Amino acid sequence: MKIHEYQGKEILRQYGVAVPDGEMATTLEEAYTAADQLFSNGHKVVVVKAQIHAGGRGKGGGVKLVRTLEEAAATSKAILGMQLVTHQTGPHGQRVRRLLIEAGSEIDRELYLGLVLDRASARVVMMASQAGGMEIEDVARETPERIFKEYVDPAIGLQPYQARKLAFKLGLQPSQIGEATKCMMGMYRAFMDCDCTLMEINPFITTKNQKLLALDCKMNFDDNAMFRHKSLKELRDITEEDPLEVEASKYALNYIKLDGSIACMVNGAGLAMATMDIIKYAGGSPANFLDVGGGASQEQIENAFGILLHDSNVKAIFINIFGGILRVDVLAQGVVNAARNLNVTLPIVLRLEGTNVQEGRKIIAESGLNFQVGSTMQEAADLVVAAAKNALRGED
Amino acid sequence: MSVLVGKGTRLIVQGITGREGSFHARGCADYGTKVMGGVTPGKGGKTFEGWPVFNTVEEAVQETGANATVIFVPPPAAADGILEAVAAGIPLIVCITEGIPVLDMVRVWEVVKNSKSRLIGPNCPGVISPGKAKIGIMPGLIHKEGSVGIISRSGTLTYEAVYQLSERGIGQSTAIGIGGDPIVGTTHVDALKLLNEDADTEAIVMIGEIGGTNEEVAAAYIREHVKKPVVGFIAGQTAPPGRRMGHAGAIISGGEGTAQRKMDVMREAGIHVVTSPAEIGETMQRVMGK
Repeated sequence: MKIHEYQGKEILRQYGVAVPDGEMATTLEEAYTAADQLFSNGHKVVVVKAQIHAGGRGKGGGVKLVRTLEEAAATSKAILGMQLVTHQTGPHGQRVRRLLIEAGSEIDRELYLGLVLDRASARVVMMASQAGGMEIEDVARETPERIFKEYVDPAIGLQPYQARKLAFKLGLQPSQIGEATKCMMGMYRAFMDCDCTLMEINPFITTKNQKLLALDCKMNFDDNAMFRHKSLKELRDITEEDPLEVEASKYALNYIKLDGSIACMVNGAGLAMATMDIIKYAGGSPANFLDVGGGASQEQIENAFGILLHDSNVKAIFINIFGGILRVDVLAQGVVNAARNLNVTLPIVLRLEGTNVQEGRKIIAESGLNFQVGSTMQEAADLVVAAAKNALRGED
Repeated sequence: MSVLVGKGTRLIVQGITGREGSFHARGCADYGTKVMGGVTPGKGGKTFEGWPVFNTVEEAVQETGANATVIFVPPPAAADGILEAVAAGIPLIVCITEGIPVLDMVRVWEVVKNSKSRLIGPNCPGVISPGKAKIGIMPGLIHKEGSVGIISRSGTLTYEAVYQLSERGIGQSTAIGIGGDPIVGTTHVDALKLLNEDADTEAIVMIGEIGGTNEEVAAAYIREHVKKPVVGFIAGQTAPPGRRMGHAGAIISGGEGTAQRKMDVMREAGIHVVTSPAEIGETMQRVMGK
């Protein structure tokens, strides 16, 4: 689960990491009041920052410095409601529904601090770099020696000496080491307490008067741990997510929307990915990832159909089921009922294998509906790609 | 011979009185696995479908002589279940549970790696040695006794590979579902070592997916140590970066874990990499000269 910068900074503040003064605003009035407050408190520069769940906001025009209240009002008006396009949003961009109105800082140096799970060592790793303000992936690829790492022993947690080592490697002044150590220790505690999978402060800055500040914050939580974090769950902003994915999550369906024309319904994540791959291999393009799980009920299958049909790009549906625990006849009956109840007119290609497959194929054959059955995954993929191409041709 | 499971396996089921636990306890027993009993805290002393139920894993081991456990405990308590099995000294722990918080697994792994127990999973279908025994949730029927070892992060995709082999008359020695989470107890390379040293395994199917670098590590091992032919497939060639594709571990992040890179590294290591998942069976048939 992703959260906004302003939410992440609020968490950091609670753990003793210094962040600039600021307020979140959802209306121009709130933005104006927040800017007015900051200017009245003596800040010379205020920053208007678009709050969306994607990086690259500055380059996309979603972050602006302002020096007067009038400028703040005009800039807020320009950004709030805009369709912000960044390298992470895709070409359609993301609508800006929230702003962070924040005190400007006099930046001396831009550094990077991050915490992430290192899969290879199965440990949390604290990272620090002098190359702040840049895409850390680029730094890792081009100049990996510029990223310093400390691996954390889970039994004892991050130790002050480790944070101190990183602080010295950042080239901080002796007077700043204690504060930087405190920041890193706070980040680590927040990471563990909130079940984070990622936490980044980029840039982590030193100001002209030698202060340390978290100027940005990216924080992701482990979806699997949300059962023990009721208050963090409330930070979810569903307006940032694809509406169909939000709908699917209500039914506990594992659905990810893609751009293609062939919808897929599969049991199991690995087979679902492989099904997308074989569609591509057969010359088509998948419209989604959808794993209906091992114990899909008829209702689940109907829900899944509903989601697939809502995607207007979809021209054909590929159902690929390997019945293990999920019996093929149960699934087949579910598909037939759902297709009738929802008046599905799109071509449906099925590939069924596994437990009770003969009974399942019989149900499909006797349904009288517009189904095609492929005997192998390859054959079914070829059929569905042809069906989607026919449907597209019919539209022209 | 087979690896991990066989006629000598004496299995207990943690969470035996739950819906999943009871269903699959029967499934394992029906396949021929010696199921000795189960553990459900608070229900010790009772019997469940003829099996004795114990309050603790320690007690279950003492009373039944179990040497393997399969865990169906729900995610909030599953990490604790693994640790309890380690403390009881069980040599083989198979954790089926999907959805364990990853920081729980960071702590669990620290204990497991310093213990004598082997952990398979979590978030896996389990292990099967066709014709001998199974510990897990896979449908036994599609399997066939033989000499191809299988390693995979995914459940249904393993079934797919097994099916393609069985259809061609190619049987399997042991199929190991290592699990789809970011941290698993047995990685591709660990499973490879087992199959490589198994006299009854003549060839290996290695199925990976996007995310992490375990397949790359396995490929390096194969290049150095494995003489048996290996057929490989990576799922998620069309997956967009930054999105979790169902499995918690199936995510391309920071440019790491792409299918293309894994396939390239695997090809360089001499693995017969197939682009289409439909070609696993026929490729193995060709490679084995059958």
